[in-house]
Amino acid sequence: MTLQDKLEILSDAARYDASCASSSTTRRDSSKGGIGSTTGSGICHAYAPDGRCISLLKILMTNFCIYDCAYCVNRVSSNVPRARFTPEEVVTLTLEFYRRNYIEGLFLSSGIIQSPDKTMSDMVQIARTLREREGFKGYIHLKTIPDAAPELIEEAGRHADRLSINVEMPTDQSVRQYAPEKKPETIRGAMGDVKRHERAAKDRTHKGRKAPAFAPAGQSTQMIIGADAANDATILGQSSRLYGDYRLRRVYYSAFSPIPDSTAKLPLIKPPLIREHRLYQADWLMRFYGFEVGEITAAQADGNLDLTIDPKLAWALANRHRFPVDVQRAEKELLLRVPGFGTKSVDRILTTRRHRRLRYEDLRRMGANLKSAKAFITLTDWSPGGLTDAANLRARFAPPAEQLSLF
Amino acid sequence: MHRVTLPAIGTATAWRDAARGLLAAGVPPEAVLWAEEGAGQSDLFAADAPPPPAGAITVPKSFVPLAQSVCWHAEPERFARLYAFLWRLQGSPRLMADRGDESLAQLRQMEKQVRRCAHKMTAFVRFREIEGGGPRRRFAAWFEPTHHTLEPTAPHFAKRFADMDWAIFTPALSAHFEGGELRFAEGAPRPDLPEDAADALWGTYFRNIFNPARLKVKAMTSEMPKKYWKNLPEARHIPELIATAEARAAEMAAKAPTLPPARAARILQRLHTEEKVSWEELAAKAEEENRHGREGYGRFVMGEGPHDARLIIVGEQPGDMEDEAGRPFVGPSGQLLDKAAEAAGLNRREAYVTNAVKRFKFERRGKRRIHQSPDRSDIEHARWWLSREIELIRPRLILALGGTAAETLTGQRAGILKRRGHVEETEYGPVLLSLHPSYILRQPDAGAQAEARADLEADLAEAARRIAA
Repeated sequence: MTLQDKLEILSDAARYDASCASSSTTRRDSSKGGIGSTTGSGICHAYAPDGRCISLLKILMTNFCIYDCAYCVNRVSSNVPRARFTPEEVVTLTLEFYRRNYIEGLFLSSGIIQSPDKTMSDMVQIARTLREREGFKGYIHLKTIPDAAPELIEEAGRHADRLSINVEMPTDQSVRQYAPEKKPETIRGAMGDVKRHERAAKDRTHKGRKAPAFAPAGQSTQMIIGADAANDATILGQSSRLYGDYRLRRVYYSAFSPIPDSTAKLPLIKPPLIREHRLYQADWLMRFYGFEVGEITAAQADGNLDLTIDPKLAWALANRHRFPVDVQRAEKELLLRVPGFGTKSVDRILTTRRHRRLRYEDLRRMGANLKSAKAFITLTDWSPGGLTDAANLRARFAPPAEQLSLF
Repeated sequence: MHRVTLPAIGTATAWRDAARGLLAAGVPPEAVLWAEEGAGQSDLFAADAPPPPAGAITVPKSFVPLAQSVCWHAEPERFARLYAFLWRLQGSPRLMADRGDESLAQLRQMEKQVRRCAHKMTAFVRFREIEGGGPRRRFAAWFEPTHHTLEPTAPHFAKRFADMDWAIFTPALSAHFEGGELRFAEGAPRPDLPEDAADALWGTYFRNIFNPARLKVKAMTSEMPKKYWKNLPEARHIPELIATAEARAAEMAAKAPTLPPARAARILQRLHTEEKVSWEELAAKAEEENRHGREGYGRFVMGEGPHDARLIIVGEQPGDMEDEAGRPFVGPSGQLLDKAAEAAGLNRREAYVTNAVKRFKFERRGKRRIHQSPDRSDIEHARWWLSREIELIRPRLILALGGTAAETLTGQRAGILKRRGHVEETEYGPVLLSLHPSYILRQPDAGAQAEARADLEADLAEAARRIAA
């Protein structure tokens, strides 16, 4: 089997991992030797026609796997072709791709072979070779095997920028049902370990030296949505617990999408991409806009997000008694809740209104989306009149209903 | 009329020096004509006056990076716009904070375009390996940026690819990095770069990382506009990937599930029989745990009692006294439990007693160690141990005392006072919920204490009844 064949199989197998971030790690460069650097916000070197950024070489070390997770293309009971990279092959691919400026670094994941410890130690070996032998300063993201020994996880964290462990499903029950060999408690235990190591790395030794860095870009996780019956309230509740309990940098939502050679246990549906998008928007509202899970999901009785309009607008429509907001005077917290105002435009409003009165046109220049915002704000030269409470306000935002064919 | 001609290399610095001089000399914007070297722009009526020597002026700090970026923009009017804004800024430095001002908004917009162009350059330059004579590997790239972004972006490449020699050619300018030195030279027409074998591998990767079930062409083109495609080796695959995506997704959906390969059953069977751990192994592991202390935690205290017990009693975590003794339920709570069990007719020695969390968690205050409630990660960490204990004993009933035990066994902590006295079915078997003895000890008055104690006794009696049946 040629390297080309292996790459085909093992990148195909990796495409269901949503994360490709290369951001928020420590700044490094190779001006004092080695190869590679990291930037603050990461770089997306290409985009695939699915709209996803390609920042890292995202591959599996092997897609042989002894587990039988129903949603996974690599489960033991699937008939996909199998392959396995040698550690040297992964190192070479990463460096050669890096030198041509195709990628920011490596995102390495793997099926479970022989035992979790064996798999993890092979992955750690690749990271170690890149860092110590090749002097690689680029980004490394390692998928962590939850059952692996703590020493391996510790070493992985010393070489990698980010570690991730997938919680896989929104509820423990679904994990047990669809991934019978995985244990939700072990997954959380491993996330707890990573968090502890992260915190320990922030302390200094008794001599006042800095502890060795541990996964400076933190940890993230991913859950598959739309494969089980969990509603959005459950999913977002789970994320908000994960953010709080393990200080995750990101929770990724991956719309369950058909896989080659799927099992009879799961419905083959079109991936719920809009739902995935709404969940990301809601996630953003929780992290940067001060919303609580309950507020976001209260708008609809079934606990799901409105698919036709974004969750912030949905919240505003359901809470019209809090609007219109006086842009000249309102507190930051309230401005952040106005549909069409992002964190950046709110900051611009705050700095400018200190010096003078704002006008409608100013907001446009500041980057606010006035089509969404105008019904919810007042300014010196703008008042929404009856618009805020108009019965047809929602209809102005929702796309027109599709005319169904009669035949 | 003053005429300033700016060079193609070092444009930003040259503009800054010229602007300083003009401003210090009080030359208004309408009296300056800005031009780029080689741009062939001429004003017949302009007097060729050299810029006055640089003088000291003050500008708001935030103007400097703005001017730096805008100078690299492709728009010929950029220097004049910057100078006009700088002129206004002299009277009202606060203008910099006014995001509603029209000319500032325009400059900010230009700055954003330059930043984006520079960022896309760091993303989309593709090096190809070329032959080199020396010890360093050599690479070259051809790129067509929208703005003049090669000069500000080249240091990024120099820091990143420090151990190789490289060159980036653009129509207006070229950058060369050789032996650790960066220099700029004239632009060039597209050089003839040799094919690179890595391009084929990269193409393979690009084709296979794409998921045909989630085609979103707009999301791709908004971040990777078509103008860049001609210099991206992977872009040649895009049309075919888009054209065949729908058919590939439909094919996946239509395919009937296949039968698992023969090895699957064998592997899974072996996997599922391996898990059980013996008491000896568990004890050895516990001892191993105890060799490593953890700051803020006491020692590792295992459960205790007959290995064929019908009842497992699960508490929260060892307390100060339990930690010293290395045995569960020997402190005040344990004594209260003993008395309550006796009153309820339950022989506590026949039950296996243990804790949901195996280490005493505390905060040191002076000489004292103050109890800390275990958090979620403590609970998850200890769950493996409790699961093994339950698995080995296989009791008829588990009695969960207090919120932590309830959370571990049922997944929910809230509402213990309402839920106590009832049996909940869990993956561990039936779990009877009750109060933790320390809760009774914490009650403020004797009345409340007696009431809570009666509840615990009733639950213990219920447990005795259930395991006897």
